Amino acid sequence: MANDSEEKQPAATPPGEKPEAPAHPASPPAAAAGATPPAKPAAPVAAVPPKPAAPAGPKPAPLDNELTKRYKSKFGDAILETWTDRNQAILVVARQKLAQIARFSLKDEEFDYLADLTAVDWPRREKRFDVVLNLYSMKKNQRLRLKVHVTPEEAVPSVTAVWSTANWLEREVYDMFGIIFEGHPDLKRLLLPEEWQGYPLRKDYDILTQDTAWVRENLGIESGQ
Amino acid sequence: MADPRIPAPANVETTVLGADEIILNMGPQHPSTHGVLRVKLRLDGEKVVGSECVIGYLHRGVEKIAEHRTYTQFAPYVDRMDYVAAVSNGLGYCEAVEKLLGAEAPPRARVVRTILTELQRIASHLFWLGTHALDIGALTPLFYCLREREEILKIFEHYCGARLTTHAFRIGGLQYETYDGFERDVVQFCEPFDKRVDDYEALLTSNRIWLARTKGIGVLSAKDAIDYGASGPVIRGSGVKWDIRKAMPYAAYSDYEFEIPTGENGDTFDRYMVRLEEMRQSRKICLQAVAKIPAGPIMARIGKVLKPPPGEVYHAIEAPKGELGYYIVSDGTTQPYRVRIRPPSLINLEAFDKMVRGHLIADVVAIIGTLDIVLGEVDR
Repeated sequence: MANDSEEKQPAATPPGEKPEAPAHPASPPAAAAGATPPAKPAAPVAAVPPKPAAPAGPKPAPLDNELTKRYKSKFGDAILETWTDRNQAILVVARQKLAQIARFSLKDEEFDYLADLTAVDWPRREKRFDVVLNLYSMKKNQRLRLKVHVTPEEAVPSVTAVWSTANWLEREVYDMFGIIFEGHPDLKRLLLPEEWQGYPLRKDYDILTQDTAWVRENLGIESGQ
Repeated sequence: MADPRIPAPANVETTVLGADEIILNMGPQHPSTHGVLRVKLRLDGEKVVGSECVIGYLHRGVEKIAEHRTYTQFAPYVDRMDYVAAVSNGLGYCEAVEKLLGAEAPPRARVVRTILTELQRIASHLFWLGTHALDIGALTPLFYCLREREEILKIFEHYCGARLTTHAFRIGGLQYETYDGFERDVVQFCEPFDKRVDDYEALLTSNRIWLARTKGIGVLSAKDAIDYGASGPVIRGSGVKWDIRKAMPYAAYSDYEFEIPTGENGDTFDRYMVRLEEMRQSRKICLQAVAKIPAGPIMARIGKVLKPPPGEVYHAIEAPKGELGYYIVSDGTTQPYRVRIRPPSLINLEAFDKMVRGHLIADVVAIIGTLDIVLGEVDR
């Protein structure tokens, strides 16, 4: 099923080269509509308030709290990076240690609920995939995100034994990204038919290329576009 | 060519069958599967000893589509996932993008959002109750449920012109001001609705057939419910008092008083009671909210072209089916780099095999109904 030679389609549109929408200024000055008083002839020109800069928006910030300290003291170098983004804690952990870290998260840190498991493709990076686990603790009412960087050749330790939810979610990630989970009881495609070629959510799986190939093969014409 | 790292699939039909066992295929065109769910059942006589769900018949690649649309363009697509609760889907998406932008909808927009989302929860639960009862053999409740649901859809239609795939909200607030008489319509629907729920209960709750078909059927313990990631009425029916509206309030929920109903036994009957009570609580929230909708703008100033700063966010809401999460990664452009939708229906369905083992074929229908899945959301 997972024939590596078949899934390498020509990288038609590398990410980052998405067609940019015409860049308008991000937001009109908030004061423009109501706050400026009706123009008086005598008003000095300098009184016009300067345009407020567009809001910078939230930024990721490094994270170093009790939680990360506990993870670091237990796993040391296996905790590669920690930061918060939009006030959400993110830990990047070593692939080899994922199963142990997952078990520790469940038993000691009480993250008993695996809300979601998914992946993100960054094809220009050395390890192109992020496998992302969104954990939740019912007791502490707290969320935590674990990430693993992985290459297409490497297998990620399955966490199905820790949270049963992971069974279908790992199958979906395998289905959409072709990431293999080692120790999964029944790793096969979840949403797509078994004979499907390629992994649709990879960034080099171009919709148009797929469509043209299908049209050529099945309808015998050059392109359906 | 098989990858050596992948074990051979252990399908219900490939494992050796016992002498009395057969495989029965149910769906994808089966009236009780509420869409295109296919279940392979392994039976010993009429008893289910194993099952496997085959899904994906309605897969449209929503997450892939998102990567090729701008943030604004993608918003209507989410309505097509859980199409009986489109307003909730839209709320989750809009709030997730707002979080990504670091913006917040104005108070008036948040209150109107809350009212519409709670009406949508009632509508979704009504549709569930009608069809679930129909599956089990009670024809009557369907007509009453759809009668009330129609009133809600009329409010939606007056508000935004659409009844099902409403696209009611915009990133940053609302596109439409409420129409004249919105408050009156909501109150007019909510005031007598309590009595209506009593009517449904009169038809079902102490009905002997209903009890026989739902009590002790599809039991999911609290521990299993958490382990399987169940959410919404399914996890609450198992006795876990967890509701994202209370645990991590969003929209305007922190301003209102409501209870989280829970069950005890985690069976089909408890989930039925939980959903009925949730309808009453939603009514309560609507009445509280509609009594004082703050004045003010309905859109935050976020600009026309949305370019969230690079980064990521996971935002979850309590949709009628459970935890609906959006995990959005931005690379600083106008299009999302990745949108992951955590569908409550899919993950609730995962516990199906656990719940169905040991029951009869007729109960399979009840268990599919009690999970309240929508295949548009399961398959996306």
